[in-house]
Amino acid sequence: MRPVREGRFPGAALDHDDIRRAVRRIAHEIVEHRRGTAGLMLIGIPTRGVPIAERIAAAISSIEGTSPPVGSLDITLYRDDLRMRPSRALEPTWIPEQGVDAQHVVLVDDVLYSGRTIRAALDALSDLGRPATVQLAVLVDRGHRELPIRPDYVGKNLPTSASQQVRVEVEEVDGIDRVTIEDQARSAGGDPA
Amino acid sequence: MRHLLSAADLGHDEAVMVMDTASQFGSIADRTVKKLPTLRGRTVVNLFYEDSTRTRISFELAAKRLSADVINFAAKGSSVAKGESLKDTALTLEAMGADAVVIRHGSSGAPHRLAHAGWISGSVINAGDGTHEHPTQALLDAYTMRKALCGGKGDLAGLRVAIVGDILHSRVARSNVLLLRTLGADVTLVAPPTLLPHGVQAWPCRTSMHLDDVLGEVDAIMMLRVQSERMQDSYFPTAHEYSQRYGLDASRLARLADRAIVLHPGPMNRGMEISAVVADSGRAVMVDQVTNGVIVRMAVLYLLLGARGPRDVRPDADMPVSA
Repeated sequence: MRPVREGRFPGAALDHDDIRRAVRRIAHEIVEHRRGTAGLMLIGIPTRGVPIAERIAAAISSIEGTSPPVGSLDITLYRDDLRMRPSRALEPTWIPEQGVDAQHVVLVDDVLYSGRTIRAALDALSDLGRPATVQLAVLVDRGHRELPIRPDYVGKNLPTSASQQVRVEVEEVDGIDRVTIEDQARSAGGDPA
Repeated sequence: MRHLLSAADLGHDEAVMVMDTASQFGSIADRTVKKLPTLRGRTVVNLFYEDSTRTRISFELAAKRLSADVINFAAKGSSVAKGESLKDTALTLEAMGADAVVIRHGSSGAPHRLAHAGWISGSVINAGDGTHEHPTQALLDAYTMRKALCGGKGDLAGLRVAIVGDILHSRVARSNVLLLRTLGADVTLVAPPTLLPHGVQAWPCRTSMHLDDVLGEVDAIMMLRVQSERMQDSYFPTAHEYSQRYGLDASRLARLADRAIVLHPGPMNRGMEISAVVADSGRAVMVDQVTNGVIVRMAVLYLLLGARGPRDVRPDADMPVSA
């Protein structure tokens, strides 16, 4: 078990049930806003955005009876910080067969921080086609935006300091559902959020 | 990894990573916008001292798909034809800010010299040097075999591959033996004794002089081109006899295992090492090799140039990692 900082948010900031409720609420908000699932498409950003997108789709299916298509969009090749770090392996990109043209796309990611990932995702998306609309759903918004980007659906707002790190773990990838806040100095590897 | 000079530069995990990266690039080839912004602002120089069509355009297309600027520098009609040395050419390219030099040279070891002489700060990619190596060809061959025979994942453990023809002069064979072995495949070289290199016993592979003996037990067979200039050099009695003993024709094709594929690095001599029937059959994957060559070279360029390079000044070493 990883040491967790005792501080403003001791222990897990979100546990399994919190995440389940947040996903369900996001699903309700999406279908309420879109008035159903017509033309709706969820696209997760690897690694953890993809299972979250799949869960939102499953929740939408249980609410509306139809499941929106889910895709995966790797944004590594569109990052603006490629030259500041060693080259990284690419994650899979797959897009539902109807393509993104004229679809109402909801991008799904685990943590919204600087907004640079979403900027890259918008670029990547525009190379795939021309969606009718693009919205953004995130499990956690931790603030500290560096670009004019805002989420449309938020699971939880977690005010943090820049020296902290938000770690989202999902069962499909990490074997457990949990969101924790750690001091960056004490965190050990993994995907930085 | 800064340079790609030899297939031996790649460890098992690195070679698999190149192929995994290539397979992600493969999905981009199906899109309407086939361009990625990844290497915007990088300059790739194709420095070709030997004639080449497919390798040069493959590298050129790969670099352009990643938005790099590409300069083609062919020895013919350039300052090289006026007698400029490799060193002076390299210093010129360095002064122009080349981030990568893709070099093909008739002399074995020229890419190594270019990479390690301190003339240039960028990456060097060997696109074929003399009779030495051609690592990106080996990568695209391995990728093609993995996709066709191994479900497109992991390594080539247990795969049985025969490489047939002029091993002695083939940089493709040398790089393939090294890389395929790294990936766990069993390689058999098939050639007349005059076309096997000295010291081949020390290579990590088996050798055979009889094509018919190995046909039934391979998953992939790679036919090498018999270069016409060799035909005069008495490595074998006649072209007809070579073709009879080492050419892949329809009757030999029929004796291959059902799932076995036929590779050829091109250009082919139809009727010599491979018959037209075989070249046009569904078992031949030459067209896939060309397609895969572009995405494998994209992967190599991305892995060598996509990260922080020697020309990049890091603005702030402690910059927080942002998502």
